[in-house]
Amino acid sequence: MDEFEMETMDINEFDVELPKATAWDRVLIARSNDRAYTMDYINGIFDNFMKLHGDRLYGDDGAMVGGIASIDGQFVTVIGQQKGRNLKENEVCHFGMPNPEGYRKALRLMKQAEKFNRPIICFIDTPGAFCGMEAEERGQGEAIARNLYEMAGITVPILSIVIGEGGSGGALALGVANEVWMLENATYSILSPEGFASILWKDSKRASEAADTMKITAEELKELQVVEKVIEEPLPVTAENCEDTCEMLRKEMIAFLKKYKGMKKEDIVEERYRRFRNY
Amino acid sequence: MLFRKQERQSKKMLENYHKEQLSEGLFQKCEACNRIVYTEDVIEDYHICPSCGHYFRVAPMERLAMVLDQGSFEEWDKDLETKNPLDFPDYEKKVAKMKQNTGLSEAVVTGKGKIGGVETAIGVMSSKFLMGSMGMIVGEKITNMVERATKEKLPVILFCCSGGARMQEGIMSLMQMAKTSQALKKHDQAGLMYISVLTDPTTGGVTASFAMLGDVILAEPKALIGFAGPRVIEQTIHQKLPEGFQSAEFLLEHGMIDKIVSRKKMRKVLHYLLLSSGANKAH
Ligand SMILES: [Zn+2]
Repeated sequence: MDEFEMETMDINEFDVELPKATAWDRVLIARSNDRAYTMDYINGIFDNFMKLHGDRLYGDDGAMVGGIASIDGQFVTVIGQQKGRNLKENEVCHFGMPNPEGYRKALRLMKQAEKFNRPIICFIDTPGAFCGMEAEERGQGEAIARNLYEMAGITVPILSIVIGEGGSGGALALGVANEVWMLENATYSILSPEGFASILWKDSKRASEAADTMKITAEELKELQVVEKVIEEPLPVTAENCEDTCEMLRKEMIAFLKKYKGMKKEDIVEERYRRFRNY
Repeated sequence: MLFRKQERQSKKMLENYHKEQLSEGLFQKCEACNRIVYTEDVIEDYHICPSCGHYFRVAPMERLAMVLDQGSFEEWDKDLETKNPLDFPDYEKKVAKMKQNTGLSEAVVTGKGKIGGVETAIGVMSSKFLMGSMGMIVGEKITNMVERATKEKLPVILFCCSGGARMQEGIMSLMQMAKTSQALKKHDQAGLMYISVLTDPTTGGVTASFAMLGDVILAEPKALIGFAGPRVIEQTIHQKLPEGFQSAEFLLEHGMIDKIVSRKKMRKVLHYLLLSSGANKAH
């Protein structure tokens, strides 16, 4: 399985008609270069986003962005994996595949949010955590594990939204939330359909069949109760055309924040625990 | 009464396991040095190659016998049925065959036992059961064990051994990483000790969850431990990995684990750690 050699396609192929996108269609839309990325949503939804940098241990991972923003007059912490549109951008953000320092930065910002009683909103968009030598040397497994563990104890509400690819543990490391939402064309899976086909059927070319089997679409995951909400996306699903999606997300987020306002810390933690205890 | 029955059962299981190994031949070939060695010598010497010192992988019952006080093991959640959330073709058949081949009901055995008289919850994963992969039942058994340990104020010891997530269970296997980790968080908040012992191989979703969350993380010599498997990394970086990359020794050098412990000393080390945590014989 080679995560770098995945197919992407021109989104405009879907402009004309979309009777019912197959799971594989969704995979291609979720991976598309034209799709809105984390920073597009942050800029489209929040006021006064201030980016913060670094994990205080090793470096600043461009594949993970985060900082403070406000929405409807309330401060929140916003964190997400960031993909690049071209090679130059991807030199910085590594195709949205964080190294351990990316996850550690995310955790640092979450702890900061907890200290100042700011709700946390995460945008998930990653093919997976980076699989390189240095990532292993610096403890990729530990970094992800630590996020799952610490997120479980965070006393402010956490909302995670899968906006594109939700790839494996690298996605879950931002996904231990009170609610998880998905955009209509996003996917969330244990690994790529190519990887699934190659491991279970020894044939990565059967990826589209794997996508059908794996239950990775927003619709199927809502049925499995892996996500609470599916947000519709108007066509064409591009960064230029994400205004309506942002508006919808903004509205829903404000409702989410209202729901948790005044809720006791223990109850917020306990609700999250019960959510994941059911799997 | 129940206790004695369980003691008999575990003894019998171990005897059967040895008998089965011997029935496969009085000799076996060491996978590391290729020498022919007496199977009986291997069994008697902690499943270590008498010729080159290579560590053979061991079954859960064998592992429990190596570290626990004799007859102290009480198994929990033995009969949880594997689910098929993706309706993956032939998955039930595959699991049934695994059960038959290994004599286990899933890829982890959990329960409680004593080490030098100190009571502890303990789990052991099996590499033979679908590569020790973590699906819903593995996640459930580990979570139940940790929750019960929290309630009974017991420490937890977990021998990890896994190829990662149970692919056939798709996203539900991914969710087990969160489920097990959050249970450990509560156990931690109760001031109780968790020791993870990493054995060959510990990779993927298990490394990215409970394996790396121990208050103390131990490993067996030369065990392969990593997030991404070596083959995936080689394909990503388009080069061969150096000798010893992702070995227990490599992780120790990079500050990722506390200690490498030989099989012969494991029981002693665990006992000392349990005592150090304030766990005592009162339970
Ligand atoms: Zn040998």
